[in-house]
Amino acid sequence: MVKKSAERIYLAFIFLFLYLPIGVLIVLSFNNSKTRVQWGGFTLKWYKNLFSSGSIMEAFGTTLFISLASALFATLLGTLAALGIDAMKKRNQAVMIGATNIPLLNADIVTGLSMMLLFVRFTRLGMSTVLIAHITFNIPYVILNVLPKLKQSSRTTYEAALDLGATPLYAFFKIIWPQIRPGVFSGFLMAMTMSLDDFSVTYFTKGAGIHTLSTMIYTEMRKGIRLEMYALSTILFLLALVLLLFMNFGPSARREEA
Amino acid sequence: MSKRLIDLANITKSFDGQMVLDDLNLYIRENEFLTLLGPSGCGKTTTLRIIGGFESPDSGKVIFDGKDITGLAPNERQLNTVFQKYALFPHMSIAENIAFGLKIKKKSKAYIDDKINYALKLVNLEGFGKRSVDSLSGGQQQRIAIARAIVNEPKVLLLDEPLGALDLKLRQDMQYELIRLKNELGITFIYVTHDQEEALTMSDTIVVMNQGYIQQIGTPEDIYNEPTNAFVADFIGESNIIDGTMIRDRLVQVLGVNFPCVDEGFGSHTPVDVVIRPEDVELVPPETGMLEGDVTSLIFKGVHWEIEVLANGFEWLVQTTQMHPVGSHVGIRVDPFNIQIMNKPESSDEKAVESDE
Repeated sequence: MVKKSAERIYLAFIFLFLYLPIGVLIVLSFNNSKTRVQWGGFTLKWYKNLFSSGSIMEAFGTTLFISLASALFATLLGTLAALGIDAMKKRNQAVMIGATNIPLLNADIVTGLSMMLLFVRFTRLGMSTVLIAHITFNIPYVILNVLPKLKQSSRTTYEAALDLGATPLYAFFKIIWPQIRPGVFSGFLMAMTMSLDDFSVTYFTKGAGIHTLSTMIYTEMRKGIRLEMYALSTILFLLALVLLLFMNFGPSARREEA
Repeated sequence: MSKRLIDLANITKSFDGQMVLDDLNLYIRENEFLTLLGPSGCGKTTTLRIIGGFESPDSGKVIFDGKDITGLAPNERQLNTVFQKYALFPHMSIAENIAFGLKIKKKSKAYIDDKINYALKLVNLEGFGKRSVDSLSGGQQQRIAIARAIVNEPKVLLLDEPLGALDLKLRQDMQYELIRLKNELGITFIYVTHDQEEALTMSDTIVVMNQGYIQQIGTPEDIYNEPTNAFVADFIGESNIIDGTMIRDRLVQVLGVNFPCVDEGFGSHTPVDVVIRPEDVELVPPETGMLEGDVTSLIFKGVHWEIEVLANGFEWLVQTTQMHPVGSHVGIRVDPFNIQIMNKPESSDEKAVESDE
């Protein structure tokens, strides 16, 4: 009994440490007072300011576009890459998986810096460079999600389809695709979340005049405390949360259990 | 005999520089139950995959019904495969699994439904159509895999160790099931296994393979009673393989004792391998035996006792229904009909076989 309640308390502390800071941020975004330490009553003022600010709305649009487009391209490329890796021999597979995992572990700031150096050599920094950078760092997440599904769907089911008269293309769409679809979807959602969250890579590759929500928050906060940014951060958090919930409980997740 | 349906001519295949099949020649007759039997890595599965079109040979030809199909893709061949791990489509119902091949052939809905019912009845799983793959046991899944293959009315059914994942009792039941299916459908079965008992039970013809070479082709009786070399004798059931010398026709010297036998044509004073099955060794009172020895081990196997007798420096393996305690002195006698004489291996290929044991 004592052990049980000790476990509960321990768990409660962990969740407290994880979510208290975000909770504080969310509460403060509704605070009708300029100081952080005082509760001045509930207000939606900061949210109203947010939505009436042209620059913020533009950054919001950019963020949505970048994350959607980069997730889409990364899903396409990553799925194809996973198919290729799966068809490789064991040893080459290990090498390829290792190679795709390195960008995953590399510090974002290093990835961002090195991409910037590469981009400025060939082109001007702008929307397209941010997009390319995001696609690049998203691909490993897609591979990571798709490859295990491919491993589960044994190669023999594909061969069985051919054996029963299916062309390779028909066998792929009828047999392989339904089995890896949940992985492709969760890869897409994870890529979108990563792109939405990213600050370092975007900051280095975006060039002047373009802002995503995260770079916007950073720039604004340097100028001084603006409570609109709390509201914006809250929105960004909620977006990521929705994606996460969708990833875990969405239609693709449920298919997996069935 | 019925006509040849499949001809494998001079098939050679290697993976990563390692020879798996070397100049393999084999034909399969219509309506035959042919088993490719051998230890793992002997090339039996590769042979099956070449017939199925999943591997292409480095050289040689696959002739099917008079036509060269070496270059055809699996989906263009008139044969179907039952895979080792069933390979059912997990996201489809049982009925959808069975209908897969028929839908590709654009058969009518009524025809497909008929076929599904027929196939389910054939494998004793009536009413399972709506079930999901996961809800079936291993044996049931395997039967569905067979049903999925046979609804396409293939001329040949390829089976790649289909019973390998099942437990002993189920495996035996499925063996009878397969024989029944083969007789009912009247199609050719090409069966791959490493289980010699399975091969003996079901086959019309057994092809014993080792290290990419065919060791012997024959009926189960031939293979068991008249193995052509030590590898076959050893692989098919247990046996005593002893060095001997053929004194003259119908007389062989083994361990210093002359045994009358029925084999002829080996010349005189030729070194040979002598095979005696453990159930053919008779234990008799010492004074009436052809040679004498002492029991060194005794194991109860249910139907019989398995006894080891040390006589003239050789451990004889004996299966008998009579018990002889360890340490007892016994005589050994072998009926001339039960002695099988084989030539000593000559070529290096056959030697490779020997060193493999």
